[in-house]
Amino acid sequence: MSGTALDPTTAPKFQVAAKALIGDSQLRKNVRHATKVIQTKRAKVVGEMPDWEDLRESGMQIRQHTMRHLDYYLEQFERNCRAAGGEVHWARNAEEARQIVVGIVQASGAEGKSPTEVIKIKSMTTEEIQLNKALEAAGIHAYETDLAELIIQLGHDQPSHIVVPALHKNRSQIREIFRREMKLPGVDFSNLGGTPQDLADAARRFLREKFLRVKTAVSGANFLIAETGGVCIVESEGNGRMCLTLPETLISVAGIDKVVPTFQDLEVMLQLLPRSATGERMNPYNSIWTGVDKVSPDGPRAFHVVLMDNARTEILADEEARQTLNCIRCGACQNACPVYQQTGGHAYGSVYAGPIGAILTPQLMEMHHAQSLPYASSLCGACYEVCPVKINIPEVLIHLRNKVVKQQSAGLKLLVNPEVMALKAVALVFRSEGVFRVSQKLGRLGELALSRKDGQGVGWIEWLPGMLGGWTRVRDLRVMPKQTFRQWFEQRGKDAPGRRAGDAVEKADGDGR
Amino acid sequence: MRVSLFITCYNDTLFPETGKAVVRVLERLGHTVDFPAGQTCCGQMHWNTGYQEEALPLLRRFVEQFRHAEAVVSPSTSCIAMMKDHYPLMAERLKDEKLKAEVAALLPKVWEFSQFLTQKLGLEDVGAYYPHRVTYHASCHGLRSLHVGDGPMKLLRAVRGIDLVEIENLEQCCGFGGTFAIKNAEVSSAMLAEKVRGVLNTRAEAVTGCDNSCLMHIGGALHRERTGVRPVHIAEILASEEGG
Repeated sequence: MSGTALDPTTAPKFQVAAKALIGDSQLRKNVRHATKVIQTKRAKVVGEMPDWEDLRESGMQIRQHTMRHLDYYLEQFERNCRAAGGEVHWARNAEEARQIVVGIVQASGAEGKSPTEVIKIKSMTTEEIQLNKALEAAGIHAYETDLAELIIQLGHDQPSHIVVPALHKNRSQIREIFRREMKLPGVDFSNLGGTPQDLADAARRFLREKFLRVKTAVSGANFLIAETGGVCIVESEGNGRMCLTLPETLISVAGIDKVVPTFQDLEVMLQLLPRSATGERMNPYNSIWTGVDKVSPDGPRAFHVVLMDNARTEILADEEARQTLNCIRCGACQNACPVYQQTGGHAYGSVYAGPIGAILTPQLMEMHHAQSLPYASSLCGACYEVCPVKINIPEVLIHLRNKVVKQQSAGLKLLVNPEVMALKAVALVFRSEGVFRVSQKLGRLGELALSRKDGQGVGWIEWLPGMLGGWTRVRDLRVMPKQTFRQWFEQRGKDAPGRRAGDAVEKADGDGR
Repeated sequence: MRVSLFITCYNDTLFPETGKAVVRVLERLGHTVDFPAGQTCCGQMHWNTGYQEEALPLLRRFVEQFRHAEAVVSPSTSCIAMMKDHYPLMAERLKDEKLKAEVAALLPKVWEFSQFLTQKLGLEDVGAYYPHRVTYHASCHGLRSLHVGDGPMKLLRAVRGIDLVEIENLEQCCGFGGTFAIKNAEVSSAMLAEKVRGVLNTRAEAVTGCDNSCLMHIGGALHRERTGVRPVHIAEILASEEGG
């Protein structure tokens, strides 16, 4: 998985990627441990909030309201950001966004010369558009400064979690990456120790040099505040704050879904986000800036915001799926998801993994790619339960499955897809009680050849053909009892009208478990 | 009370003992049970797998069969959750005002078996006797959609002779998820392995719950591994009587 960017247009199907990852016991152990730790922390700080459910409701209402009036709030943000000295750019898609960012970076150098380096704050939006690759192609190296993103970058790896991108690596693996890949003139990292302090110290030495030298920074955004034209980023390490304050030029790339109407709305969002994301009451660093400082020489001299659509208006147009855009990227659904806990994030073939990735990615691809993701869920609902803005992820998953089935059922594909044919046939069976009865009989006959009796005389199936073999790989299947419930009920009525049903129960035909 | 039993397609075909047990418990409590003969399936498999158009006629069938019921009871959390969560939306899709009104009137009378006992009838002790060591699996739909809470545990605690032991990963999905178990067999198996470990750690003889689909899944692995631990629907425990 490492090395190649997570690209939904070329990624294998979820079940294929998952199969490989499930064999990696170290990865599974790391993911399991990390998700458990964050889940426990989250549960503790959520549990201490008596008004948590009200906060979730407020969060959902704010997001819903914003999406309903997105055009208004985006234009308001644009006006206010410009008035404060920021520049606002609009990008219809990933390609436009990449071009705009590369163009701004190239023009940001002294004496008209393009810089060859930028520093970056952790940003899923820039991962979504594979910005680093585009910068590299233009001769500009991007240094990731978030500790986890640095680990990913030095390890030639890919992020596996929205909030904790290196969650699939443990401390000794990180030490190995640092020892092998960290290069700084005059510093020898090859004898690096393995304590958290040792690793943080190495990262600090490595990054400080970048902060002090590189004059252009690229960030994402947690929130855009329409009322003030301000941008908000929350983080844990302070490395983001370095990127926001030290460089001459700052470029923030944000999806158009990141806007909130008022400064006051942050009151709700900045309670929901840290508690859900990292299990902290408040983020250690909360940066909010508005344009450029015209009075003192503090902070960047030039500030750009790139507002990117990249299929978001398409999502907004779908009434049943638009709640996807309410996401504030806390990652709580990933930590809670029993599927994600088994596979980690790379199986999703997208920078957005887990339940939110399973609904967001196919929609960002306008349903042309990642069609296996809506099925990467047992619909257990743990994601919905923890979502701070109450996105009903299972509902959206089901809605997207319907879209996938419609694609598969179109035209000739129907005839070669056994699943589509089988489910359509079964649907016809259920439309008539008579046909259902006959099918029950046929099913019993059909499974005769496959079943074997155990010591208690109960038949079990240990092997099934084709797709159904997925079941019998690790599970047996008990055969159908001789008598269906409805046959029993009818028989009982005929045998002794008015008799108590319970009398017959114990003497039923020996297929009890 | 006259209770109309919606047995569900898979309980009818694969788990008739559960249906018999539901009848036995309800009749023991003094209620009469009827079984509308034209019933088939709630439509969950189709709806959840993406075949939503195929599920729509099953809504009509359900309403036709049960529209006059005093109470509808079903021993399946996931089927009841399917109906409560999606039937209003399905009626909306069909753009049928009469059906919409009928669904709205019918759904409050539809009960999952354990909730019917604990919430509608206000019972915990239904006079059962089951001298075995048992652990309870909370099915996801019961837990997060129907919010059964500790209702089933209260029913089980009141069973005489039972040795009830709590599982460590109570709220964790067993990995069934309908067609998920087949489409994503590898991940499903990994989830199942964790659940089975939880069951075995309790040293219970039987694992119970309110949904035979989860129990079929867990039981399939318990049988494959020859653990001797059996799945048993909560209705079957509650139907058991001393000397019966």
